[in-house]
This record gives sequence, C-alpha cells and structure tokens, in this order.
Amino acid sequence: MSKLYDVIIIGAGPAGLAAGLYAARAKMSALIIEKDRNGGQIVTTDEVANYPGGVKDETGPSLVARMVEQVEEFGAERVKATVLDVNLNEDIKVVKCEEAEYQAKAVIIATGASPRKMNCPGEKELTGKGVSYCATCDADFFTDFEVFAIGGGDTAVEEAMFLTKFARKVTLVHRRDELRAAKSIQEKAFKNEKIDFIWNSEIAEIKGDGMVESIVIKNRETGELTEHMAHEDDGTFGVFVFVGYIPQTSLFTDKIELDQTGYILTDADMKTNVEGVFGAGDVRQKSLRQVVTAVADGAIAAVQAEKYIDNKFGH
Amino acid sequence: MLILDKDNFQENVLDANGFVLVDYWSDGCEPCKALMPDVEELAAEYDGKVVFSKLNTMKARRLAISQRVLGLPTIILYKDGEKVGEVTKDDATREGIKNMIEAHI
Repeated sequence: MSKLYDVIIIGAGPAGLAAGLYAARAKMSALIIEKDRNGGQIVTTDEVANYPGGVKDETGPSLVARMVEQVEEFGAERVKATVLDVNLNEDIKVVKCEEAEYQAKAVIIATGASPRKMNCPGEKELTGKGVSYCATCDADFFTDFEVFAIGGGDTAVEEAMFLTKFARKVTLVHRRDELRAAKSIQEKAFKNEKIDFIWNSEIAEIKGDGMVESIVIKNRETGELTEHMAHEDDGTFGVFVFVGYIPQTSLFTDKIELDQTGYILTDADMKTNVEGVFGAGDVRQKSLRQVVTAVADGAIAAVQAEKYIDNKFGH
Repeated sequence: MLILDKDNFQENVLDANGFVLVDYWSDGCEPCKALMPDVEELAAEYDGKVVFSKLNTMKARRLAISQRVLGLPTIILYKDGEKVGEVTKDDATREGIKNMIEAHI
C-alpha cells in the first residue's frame, strides 16, 4: 500500500482545488484525484462574469488555470486516475483506482455533477452528431447555421447568447412560460435579435441519419407536435441541451447518505453522516451551485478535515 | 502525433493504407485538450500498428463536417481510407479509444 495521506480529495473542480489549497496550506498531506479535466464544469464556460474578484474577460479556463497554479505552489499532490471504489467505514479510508490504491485519514468528495440528458428518442444516437451539451466545444461547427438551445436556467440562456456569436439564429426552447435565469441575463437575451423563444415546449424526438436533420417539438399545454426540419442549404442544425445537472455520486450510494436526487447530504461544516468523510461543491445538496459556493465548501471541508484528524488521531 | 490540416488530410488519411486514427479537436474544446495526453500515450503504445494523427477543426470545419464530425471530441479509426470505428463525447475516453482499436486491429 502507498503512503497514508491526511486527506484525499476526489475531484479537481473548483471545490476540490480549493480544498487542496487549504489542506496544503495547513500542512496536511493532500492528494487530489481527478479522472478527467481540472476545473470540472466551469472550463467549458466561455465567459465567467460573476466570480467575485474575477479579472476582466475571465473565462472558465483562465480562472481554473490560476486555481491550479495556486494549488501547485502550495504543494498538494495531484493524480489523473478514475476512482473505482471506496471504503469509508474504517478509520483509514481507502480509495481504489485502476492503477493504484490510496489511503487517507479523511476524504473530501468533490465529484461535482454532469449534464442531465433530456432522454428523448434520438438524443443518445445523435450525440456528437448535432446534439451537444457543450457550446464551447461545438458552437464552431454551426457557424452561420441555426441552432436550438434547450432549457430555461442561467446556463441555457448564457450559452444561447454565446451561440449567437456563431450561429445565424438561436431558438431557445423552454418547458415553462418564463425563464428561470437571473434577470440581467434574461434582459440581454430578450434584446438579442438572434434569439427566438419557444415557450411551454419540450423536444419530443430528434431525428436524422448519421446527423441531426429534424426535431419534433411538443407544446406541453396543447400537446401539439411540430417538426422542425434543417434548412435545405444547411442539411443540419445544432441541438444544445442545457436542462440541468445530475450529481456524480454513483460510487457512494449505500456508503454515505444521499438525498432523493443523489446529492450528498452534509451539514454546514461539510460533514456527511460518515466520520472523516466530507462533501464539497455541486455534488452537495444546496441551494446555489456556482464556483464561488464550491470554493467556499472546499475551504470549509479542508479545515474541518484537519480538525477531525487532530481530534481522532492526535498530532 | 501527425498534425493534419485540410491540405494533407486526403493523402494521410483517405488515401493511406493501414490504420490511421484521427483525433478531431479544437482550441475551444476543453474536454478535447484534457483527453490529448491520453491519446498521445496510446499513440506511443500503438506505434507501428496505427498512425495517430490530430486535426484542429477550427481551421478545417468543412472537412470535419464532410467526415460527419459535428461534435467534439470525436476520434475516428480509418482503415485503408475507410471509417471503421468512431467514438465521440462521453465514449471518447482512453478506454473507449483503446477498445475501438482493439476491436479492429
């Protein structure tokens, strides 16, 4: 078995990075395990305007890059690995990855969330073929084409505006008759001439042979179905889905207490129902999921982990 | 890894013999950049068996679309110029790519 860390942090999004920073500054031996990319969801966001103290023209990647630099400066270790299983019941927690097994006195779960799918026919088959959950990844393909953006929250509206930089027209389809997004963002969207709105509707089906060719939109009030075909000259269009997120907690079912939707239940100190195990960031049950609340969680979790270790294991 | 562009794609992929893997990526695609180190590792692993290459779709949009690539990341395995395998989005992981290669070589 490898060395015994004070704390293992699962996930290197803003919550995990902040936890790593605070743990390292408290001179705890910390390991951050990340299976995919540093920064989590925020790195696919082109513009970050509401992070307090953020620099002008901040992007998701630029903000995360500075966080990573800071973490490295203070010496938290990082490894790219996928966690396959965890044993959280004993005093010494075990985190099993494909290539290695790691041990720690405390674990901070900061695994975040991933985009929720609509789960309509054709969505899975045409993912990557016109159906996308990442505007920054795929907007370019639809330059001068039209696109649909599905959703009504901050993400849907902000991404719709980002898409107007590429697409000639963006149609936002939302289930309700008003947006959930912050008022200032709504205002900007309504003023944007390239954005049209379809209210009280959802996507019933996405169709196409090898790429998106049409979508069937259902009016939730009347039940009416309308098929929208790709423009003849285009041959295809984009369907960008922004209908929320689901917590990445499948590893932890039956190990720690989760709420009905799978979010981790914690108290104000980020403690889960298992001693020595903490939650931080979007993965927690909470009212506001933003970078700013994620980093706060990470800091609190790290400090609480230190207190826990001092009490449990002495110095 | 071989760097492709719209001028050398035909020669290096469509007219080539044997296995060629193309990693479609772009500057704005963070998941693509995160995946790149894994692809480079696989390139070394399959050296001599599969030619690994990458195409930045920002400067080759029409070419990407002509190959039916409309979302990133997308990794396509070609054999003698024909598509034999493809992984995209959530399936475009180190494991997914490796499994695709193993299924065909």
